[in-house]
Amino acid sequence: MKTRSVALARPAQTGSRPLYLAGLTAAAVVAAIALPAFGDAYLIDVGTLVLVYVMLGLGLNIVVGFAGLLDLGYAAFFAIGAYTTAYFMVNTHMSFWLTLPIAACFTGVSGVIIGAPTLRMRSDYLAIVTLGFGEIVRIAATNFTFTGGPEGIYGIPHAALGALVIRTPRALYFLGMAFALVVLVGGYNLSTSRLGRAWLAIREDESAAQATGINTVYFKLLAYVLGAVFAGAAGSFFAVKLTAINPSSFTFIQSVTILMAIILGGRGSLPGVILGAAVIVVLPEVLRAFDQVRMLAFGIGLIAMMLLRPQGLWPSRYGRIEAREVAESEAEAAAGVAAGAAVVDSAAPGASS
Amino acid sequence: MEIALQQLVNGLTVGAFYALIALGYTMVYGIIRLINFAHGDIYAVGAFFGLSTYGLLALLHVDNTILTTLLALIVSMGCTGLLGMLLFRVAYRPLLHARLSILISAIGASLTLEYGLLLIYSPSFLVYPHLFGRNGPSFGGISISWLQVLIFVSSIVLMAGLYTMVHRTKTGMAMRALAINQDAARLMGINVNRVIGLTFFMGSALASFAGVLTGLYYSQISFLMGFLIGLKAFTAAVLGGIGNIPGAVLGGFLLGIMESLAAGYYSSRWKDVVAFGILIVILVVRPRGLLGERVVERM
Repeated sequence: MKTRSVALARPAQTGSRPLYLAGLTAAAVVAAIALPAFGDAYLIDVGTLVLVYVMLGLGLNIVVGFAGLLDLGYAAFFAIGAYTTAYFMVNTHMSFWLTLPIAACFTGVSGVIIGAPTLRMRSDYLAIVTLGFGEIVRIAATNFTFTGGPEGIYGIPHAALGALVIRTPRALYFLGMAFALVVLVGGYNLSTSRLGRAWLAIREDESAAQATGINTVYFKLLAYVLGAVFAGAAGSFFAVKLTAINPSSFTFIQSVTILMAIILGGRGSLPGVILGAAVIVVLPEVLRAFDQVRMLAFGIGLIAMMLLRPQGLWPSRYGRIEAREVAESEAEAAAGVAAGAAVVDSAAPGASS
Repeated sequence: MEIALQQLVNGLTVGAFYALIALGYTMVYGIIRLINFAHGDIYAVGAFFGLSTYGLLALLHVDNTILTTLLALIVSMGCTGLLGMLLFRVAYRPLLHARLSILISAIGASLTLEYGLLLIYSPSFLVYPHLFGRNGPSFGGISISWLQVLIFVSSIVLMAGLYTMVHRTKTGMAMRALAINQDAARLMGINVNRVIGLTFFMGSALASFAGVLTGLYYSQISFLMGFLIGLKAFTAAVLGGIGNIPGAVLGGFLLGIMESLAAGYYSSRWKDVVAFGILIVILVVRPRGLLGERVVERM
């Protein structure tokens, strides 16, 4: 029936990559480099926000895009990272760089706590549990005193590199770029590794993956925890960028916005996620006057994308190969059926006479 | 003890809302294995349709409390039911075989309904007509309002009606057949899309019934009212065993009571955490719920 395994064994198509995508990539790279040199403070700030969503999007992409698990509480990990860095920098005067591994530990451990029991079940349940987890974290951050309650934590020091304090928008942009590049390279290496292929197999057919000897729960948990750690790093950067954080940055809407970046760009596609992150940050900035309509547009956009272009604006290469392979095999099967019917047809008159 | 009994009464009222909404989740999940994320917002839409009906009747100078309430309930249930069917046709039916896509589409539907309500009605709270006072029968120190009695009794009647319908009529039999095996049901001559559409209609109508009564009970509604209660009703459905109709009712009342007790004895700020904590614990310890059958990953 399914010829997907055949599709994976074939070398990836490279010649068919459309020219406009290459042009778009070049334009994006030029824009990213030119922005700090020529943009004003506002533009650079928007650019930095795009980078935050690139980190978040690439992290969530491991969970949703690679492993095919729907996480609706991703903002919780973003919050845990941001609050960890903020708490330790404000209360223990720890260096920003030292808070990073702590944030990674906290987010990773909470990822295991939420993921380990739920990843054994249907992925729909994971969506609901993560949603509940996201709400619990937000409510807890609002009610606890060590998180500063509804006002959050403010007066977070800037990150420093030796004597250099990263304070100006331009410096923050470069720090964000460094983070985003690390996440991008990490995401790319993961997607082409043995781990990435295991996730792909699980995403496409969990039973078949299990039958070929993949420990699905372990690999799903790994995807979930890695995604959580990426969000934690993004949160740490977010804390020193804003120098003040509060629970309103980590709502369900935040989780949906990050998800939207992935869906818009293309699940599992790294350039797609970057494109999606740029669109969801820049579009609301351009359409400031229509702020109330933004969420409605997101809602309709999600449905429309699923109905019309579920693979996203810049789909991953694997998705395209699969779609073509399936179409081909279906065409073959149809041709086979037609041929069989023709044989029956030609045999029928003889049988009746 | 008095606090406990008073919280029990409040819990049964809130539990009735959870149970009515949980029924919609459980019926849809039972038939097409979809967590209908927009169901909580369907409930909110029901409350707004009810408010519109009250407003319209006030313009027409109809001011008999029983008549207006009855009309508000019927109109809201009918309109919301049709909206539920429309939602299925537009957002879910083309995606029935794409599991991740249909879930994302459901989130999109949820946002569309929420912010559609915001744009059409109001971004702030709207006030419901105050038709029922706070008076009612009292037992010792516990106060019960007639509205609470009405909510409890009418919910039980509706739930019993639904149960009878699913287990005694031919349409109900078709629904149960669909829940077991869709292809086999189609081969038996069941119009699958019509039955699923009907399921959406009934689930949405029940949610809108809860929506109108919520408006009367809390006397204010907002476009986001469905988000949290939808999550909790889903928790109730899972608690009772998703796909199981008596389970949804049991889960709804249990969750309402537990939450009210937590609010009464500990702090109402943490009551939402109690609900989500229950959800996570149930999924970890007993994913099939109290009355459900074993959850099997569908191939």
